[in-house]
Amino acid sequence: MSLATREALVSFRRAPLLSALSITTIAFSLFAFGLFGLVVLNIRQALETVSERVEIRAFAYDGTDSRSVAAAVAEISAYPEVLRADVILPQEALERARREMGEFKDVFESAFLPTAIEVRLKPGYRDPDAVQRVAGKMGAFAFVEDVRYGEDWINQLHRIRNIAGATGMVLGLAFAIVAVIIIGATIRMAMMARAREIEIMRLVGATDGFIRRPFLIEGAIKGTVGGALALGLTWFATSVIERYLSFDTVFFDTRLAVAGVIAGAVIGLAGSMVSVSRQLRQA
Amino acid sequence: MIRFTNASLEYARGTVALHDVNLFIARREFVFLTGPSGAGKSTLLKCIYMDERPDSGEVKVGATSSLTATRTDVAKLRRKTGIVFQDFRLLEDRTVEQNVAFALEVIGAPRNTIAGKVSRVLTQVGLASKTTALPRELSGGEQQRVAIARALVNDPFVLIADEPTGNLDDRATRGIFQLLRDISASGTAVVMATHNLDLVRRSDYRTIELTHGEIVFDSASIAAPTGVALLDDDAGMTEAVL
Repeated sequence: MSLATREALVSFRRAPLLSALSITTIAFSLFAFGLFGLVVLNIRQALETVSERVEIRAFAYDGTDSRSVAAAVAEISAYPEVLRADVILPQEALERARREMGEFKDVFESAFLPTAIEVRLKPGYRDPDAVQRVAGKMGAFAFVEDVRYGEDWINQLHRIRNIAGATGMVLGLAFAIVAVIIIGATIRMAMMARAREIEIMRLVGATDGFIRRPFLIEGAIKGTVGGALALGLTWFATSVIERYLSFDTVFFDTRLAVAGVIAGAVIGLAGSMVSVSRQLRQA
Repeated sequence: MIRFTNASLEYARGTVALHDVNLFIARREFVFLTGPSGAGKSTLLKCIYMDERPDSGEVKVGATSSLTATRTDVAKLRRKTGIVFQDFRLLEDRTVEQNVAFALEVIGAPRNTIAGKVSRVLTQVGLASKTTALPRELSGGEQQRVAIARALVNDPFVLIADEPTGNLDDRATRGIFQLLRDISASGTAVVMATHNLDLVRRSDYRTIELTHGEIVFDSASIAAPTGVALLDDDAGMTEAVL
């Protein structure tokens, strides 16, 4: 084991209280970050579910030849934005209307409803621009009388998703900065506690890089342990919410969970780097 | 080996620490630095290991110049300059041998060479039987010996000692001084700041006196010294010592 790693580990043994305090502080700041991440994740998931319902319907004139409609469906299916395109015949439309709007079930007659082409879009193409583009192309077919896609609703959904994304970015960044500052402060405390050691290191000819190394390793270890603890706390909080508030929540998948712990290590490293560099510049 | 050329240094708030200092210290030389508190002795020593650099003029130690040295150059210089202080500056939670080994470990010395070097230098300072003791279990004189061992373990060409006997009783002082003489005799230059004029009197080493950052006396510049005025800091009176 290198001296730097040994020194980093020894510092945990020498100042267990300070180390525990640092890790707890890091864990709680990352826990806040994690909880917020989870909220964002769940909002995004909910919006994704809603956006799956984005659909475009093109209504055909009465008496449109079914072969023209079938050819159009084949062409529309080939659009890069399109997930699936289906023909909705009058009879099927009537059944769906009766199912969805039970109070009017005696009012509708199939003859009253036109043949329609119903299009669902792939994820990533459920924004107003793509919807409008596909709707425009569908409207260009000669047999199409009208195209509907709930423009207002899609715009609204898109706006909410943008706001949620931007808020997530800004608050996430703020939490990350707070975590960096807290970790920097704890590393600074550790450096102050070891000021004598650092002074001696300098006197006997250790380079700045050498002095820096154990603190960077210490920061990375604290960040990793703090990140893992935060992950555990977040999981526990999610379980409590699910159990007592009967919410169905989505938790981080393995990839995100590992990324979270790595982010903890990176934040720990960044905090140490800022703190150690400042301290060494002052020395 | 160590050369000060018109070196001046002023601290913030205008305190003059060094004023136009010109000085040459040769290899293997033993030099006393004397003068009242605040005369600039510690600053002069700090300039040798480049913890301070002059505002004007130059300090050159070996091939390292205060005008051009980078932080890495300074670190490399310190590997060849042993430094000892009045307050020992030992790591309290490490044993004697760990304190000494620390100086080798932090400069990346090969691990298989460390134990041998530490053992040799602890024998040299007379602490071969105290290798596993913690600093608090040692007397002041012994703690200073550990500090000297740590300073020597890298085979420095100069040992800088800032009031090394300031915290010690007479007996321990004599022991440490004898050790420094032995070190000097074995070929390492020693530059020692001291208020202890008895030590200066009892030896015929070169003596440099500083007052207000200026060299007011250098025994090396006197062909046949017959009497030298040194300022006694405690009594505030001059005393003929040579």
